[in-house]
Amino acid sequence: MEILIVVLIGILFSVATYLILTKSLFRVVLGTVLISHGAHLLILTMGGLGVGSAPLLGEEASSYTDPLPQALILTAIVISFGMTALLLVMTYRTYKVHQTDDLDKLRGRSDE
Amino acid sequence: MSNFLMLPILLPMFIGTLLIFFAKKHKLQRVIAGTAAIAQLGVAIYLGYIVYVDASQIITLEVGDWSAPFGIVLVADMLATMMVLLSSIVGVVCLFFAFKTIHSEREKFYFYPFYFFLLTGVNGAFLTGDLFNLFVFFEVMLIASYVLIVHGGTGYQLRESFKYVVMNMVASAFFLVGLALLYATTGTLNMADLAERVQVMGQEGILNVIAIVFLFVFGAKGALFPLYFWLPKSYYGPPAAISALFGGLLTKVGIYAIIRMFTLIFIHNTGFTHTIILALAGATMFFGVLGAVSQFDFKRILSYHIISQVGYMVMGLGIYTQLALAGAIYYIAHHIIVKSALFLFAGATEKITGTTDLKKMGGLLKTHPWVGWLFFISAMSLAGIPPLSGFFSKFALILSAIQEQSYVIVTVALVVGILTLFSMMKIFMYAFWGEPTIPVEKVNRKEMFSLLRPIIPLVALTVCLGFFAEPVFQYSLGVADQILDPANYVNAVLGSK
Repeated sequence: MEILIVVLIGILFSVATYLILTKSLFRVVLGTVLISHGAHLLILTMGGLGVGSAPLLGEEASSYTDPLPQALILTAIVISFGMTALLLVMTYRTYKVHQTDDLDKLRGRSDE
Repeated sequence: MSNFLMLPILLPMFIGTLLIFFAKKHKLQRVIAGTAAIAQLGVAIYLGYIVYVDASQIITLEVGDWSAPFGIVLVADMLATMMVLLSSIVGVVCLFFAFKTIHSEREKFYFYPFYFFLLTGVNGAFLTGDLFNLFVFFEVMLIASYVLIVHGGTGYQLRESFKYVVMNMVASAFFLVGLALLYATTGTLNMADLAERVQVMGQEGILNVIAIVFLFVFGAKGALFPLYFWLPKSYYGPPAAISALFGGLLTKVGIYAIIRMFTLIFIHNTGFTHTIILALAGATMFFGVLGAVSQFDFKRILSYHIISQVGYMVMGLGIYTQLALAGAIYYIAHHIIVKSALFLFAGATEKITGTTDLKKMGGLLKTHPWVGWLFFISAMSLAGIPPLSGFFSKFALILSAIQEQSYVIVTVALVVGILTLFSMMKIFMYAFWGEPTIPVEKVNRKEMFSLLRPIIPLVALTVCLGFFAEPVFQYSLGVADQILDPANYVNAVLGSK
């Protein structure tokens, strides 16, 4: 199970890297979304997957799922959700002001 | 155990929330914001004082009474309280400068709430003792900074801030990756607990990789070589009050996190990590100052200088002796104060002349002598001319580098010092010498002093830091002593069990 998820994380990261390196503003935003998904899945996987038991119930519980990674990614998801919303608004405004979403044309002049 | 520790985080958060309700009434907003900022400064001074007189000089607070390695802890040691104090000073000064210079349209669109949310995040990042909590406070700080850096929404700001935001979001994603790997390897994210476990496990293999991941993350946020490219252009966009706050504080939060991580947790393989840090410090200094020398714009030169000076701070960490760390800590204090002052001068001259392009200015010394001479003092302090504060911090750094026989870094530091002096003189010559562009009769002296009033305390502080170098240096040595021995920190956080 872990191996499968790790491969998935790898795919997410490589697709995200590709998207961040493209020239379109919107694709860059999608890239940051995917890269944070990859990071969230990594946290979940690193806590151990598929134990199939409840989060720690009493000190003598024979097997348990670590609840901490889930608490961590919940926070991280909320943060990345907020960031993405802000970034989308910024992208839209940039597009409206500059009339282009091509990052090459958004480089600015060298004398600025 | 002191609930007082929460106040530097709660106060700006509460005030920021309160200010949202008064967004359209800018008189009232100013009164609330000004009072709150001064109150916060008082809180920071008091916190610094009680930590200084405390026996162990570390105060901890276990939030919600969950005991240390399981719950979230807030830890105030001398380094953290010093940083909180500095952030409060800059917070007050930039706020009062913003009253004079921020356009009222900007004021109406939630400038002050986000200003205080930024301070919440900054203070939280300094005081937290838990790595995931550090991530959260970083994000609080960053999302406020994203808003402030595009605030006003000019074409330039939107274009350059986009790169700033994307860069930081990628770095944040890697922060999570580092946290995930660290949690998988050690099973904890509490910094004191981590320090203990890394010591037991020995810092090899995967832990070295994690150390470098964190170096990348904080290096991107603190603008280390080669991750500084976003900084000069994005800091140029917003109004001077915001640039000053960012230039003074934001990169230093990244540097603080690097110092914390690499004096507390990843210290068992210094031959590997700290050598990399030292090499990065040299490259950061050198390439940053080259950028500054090539520019002809007031704000741009200052932005590039941030990069080169971040190098000095990290250089202290790379050398990793008591004297070097004390020098780095002194340098951080000096830099936060002087850099904010210089950015505010950039704002003042922009207000006076209507431009930041040095070639379009001239003769300000004749028309605005006070601006000129006070700028001169700060510029000399930045360049490290004795007896101002820049000299003593650089002296300690260079002395310790000579003691450790890393002569390459000494050479780089000295060359960078000379180039810094050169570029500051360039600003002085172009902006303040020559024929005045504004006729002398038209100068409004009252307006000049109202612009200068917020800056004067900063200039006075840098002069004081220089003339009273002895006690300040003793304090820095105390801080360096404390962070060089992680057992202090670990005992303060975990010892109460």
